[in-house]
Amino acid sequence: MLDIRIPIGLMFSILGFLVSIFGLVTLNDDMYSRSLGFNVNLIMGIIMLVFGLIMLFFAFKKKA
Amino acid sequence: MIEKLQLSWIDYLIMVIYFIFVLGIGWFLRKFMKNANAFLEAGRSIPAWVAGLAFVSTNLGALEVMGMTGSGMKYGMLTTHFYWIGAIPAMIFLALFMMPFYYGSKARSVPEFLKLRYDEKTRALNAILFALMTILASGISMYALAILMENVLGWDFNISLWMAALIVLIYTYLGGLSSAIYNEVLQFFIIVIGLLPLVFLSLKDVGGWSGLKESLAPISTSHGFAPDAYATTWKYTAHASSNPLGVEWFGILFGLGFVLSFGYWCTNFLIVQRAFAAESKTAARKVPLIGAIPKMFIPFLIIVPGVIALVLMNDPGKGFSLPTDASGKPIYDYTIIMLLKQYFPAGILGLGITALLASFMSGMAGNISAFNAVWTYDIYQSYIRKRTDNEAADDRHYLNVGRIATVGSVLLSIASAYIASKFGNIMDFLQTIFSMINAPLFAVIFLGMFWKKTTGHAAFTGLLLGFLMALLHHGLTAPVGATTMFKGGWIGVVYTYPVEMAQNFWTAIIAFTVSTTVTVGLSFVTRLGKTEAELKGLVYSLTPRTIEEDVAWYKRPAGLAIIVGVLCLILSILFW
Repeated sequence: MLDIRIPIGLMFSILGFLVSIFGLVTLNDDMYSRSLGFNVNLIMGIIMLVFGLIMLFFAFKKKA
Repeated sequence: MIEKLQLSWIDYLIMVIYFIFVLGIGWFLRKFMKNANAFLEAGRSIPAWVAGLAFVSTNLGALEVMGMTGSGMKYGMLTTHFYWIGAIPAMIFLALFMMPFYYGSKARSVPEFLKLRYDEKTRALNAILFALMTILASGISMYALAILMENVLGWDFNISLWMAALIVLIYTYLGGLSSAIYNEVLQFFIIVIGLLPLVFLSLKDVGGWSGLKESLAPISTSHGFAPDAYATTWKYTAHASSNPLGVEWFGILFGLGFVLSFGYWCTNFLIVQRAFAAESKTAARKVPLIGAIPKMFIPFLIIVPGVIALVLMNDPGKGFSLPTDASGKPIYDYTIIMLLKQYFPAGILGLGITALLASFMSGMAGNISAFNAVWTYDIYQSYIRKRTDNEAADDRHYLNVGRIATVGSVLLSIASAYIASKFGNIMDFLQTIFSMINAPLFAVIFLGMFWKKTTGHAAFTGLLLGFLMALLHHGLTAPVGATTMFKGGWIGVVYTYPVEMAQNFWTAIIAFTVSTTVTVGLSFVTRLGKTEAELKGLVYSLTPRTIEEDVAWYKRPAGLAIIVGVLCLILSILFW
């Protein structure tokens, strides 16, 4: 019916991309003192992007 | 009450993107909703891994997330009992021993299974109570979402309520159970990803696991427990008074681990419906096991931050506090939101809030989809308009009934949410009452599956009497410090329990024991009413053994069960 990996992969790739860019733009911002100095946006953004791309990879991988 | 959380444009953007996908999934699925089977049962075509994640996600409603984090603050690591002993064994049992009969019977719901195995009146009792319970639960969930958004974000209560209801209505109306299930998988991932940074950040803030244990020690001793009582799970359960949960090992093992847990996981159609939707019997058996794996690790996501919050509360330097209610007691349910506020900057904060919204919606949609199936098949199709010879016309008719039920149940849930806002205590009381049917239901279903002589009359009576006994027990006992009648003792207090949890456990144990005894006893003196041929596939002794497909051992249900069991055992030992 629906390969749910596609919407999941798509959504997390988009979110990951947006949040990473936001993280880059706000590099060294004060707000990261709350998150113990870590730029969580950049970190989670990259994690989400990778996760999204992996999902899409498996969704579109041709069956052997 | 508390300073409102300020969200920025990136947070709203994340939320909007999420909702676009949620609605998009519903929209995409609408063309597949050709008949009632597709709409209400997902065409029985969902892959095991999808159904497995939906299985655990339906249970990961916001009330669970908020409640468990709050409980982590109150009870420490003992809260994990609700997962490692209070869920995993039941999920394994459901997968291996009950799913073959549930799925193989071709019943489209748990009440329908009762009709096939027993009789109409047993089905009716279960169907009606269950239908009421889902509307109630859905309404309470909606109310909790709206009130949280109002208190924390300053959003208007009514707007939040109707918007959330509208979104759930749209995607369940368009795509039925399939939409609910696929969205639950999406919700699962957003909840994990949204809350994951919290675990890492909060753990780092208190100096890792060893730093956490060290900081817990003085708090523990100040409450009169051993220094590591908050960081252990079984070690101090010899006596109810030596652990923060207030229950001894017997109550935990039999009350929570057996009766409450099996009563919920093995009979609650809300959860079990996800396994019913699987694409094959083997897939259906694997669903609870696949769900058990993330379920086992969720304590680290939800409970550990709660335990950490306890340390933060006691450290003035951290600037962490919980909002209090009218009587000055801290509102533990808001622990998770205060933690998000503590550690999450804009961006990730939007993700965290979206994760909470997602968990509210998965709770609501789950209840709606379960109600729709039970209403259409067990109430409407059984008592209002039965099937005719014209299958095609029937299919269209019942599809429409399912659709109307979706709208109806959302409206009823909204009404239920408004009732909860006026009469919160009554709603909680009703929920407690309805859940008293779980343990008797498990007894009756279990006996039905494994003893061919269990009769319909016995099952119905056992169900009813077990439920009434539970009610009686609740009416005659109360936990210490109960302020309202709704907590118990509304007939008169004959016994006082040290904590509410203990009262719950014993209510369930009594309900189960009475049900079992009555059902077994009456089965000897009542007529079966079904031939052995009718019971084939429904009872263990009358079902031919299926030949398992030739796959690797870890891909078979039994192999998967062993993996799940061993992993859970290791976790339990690690946190002994």
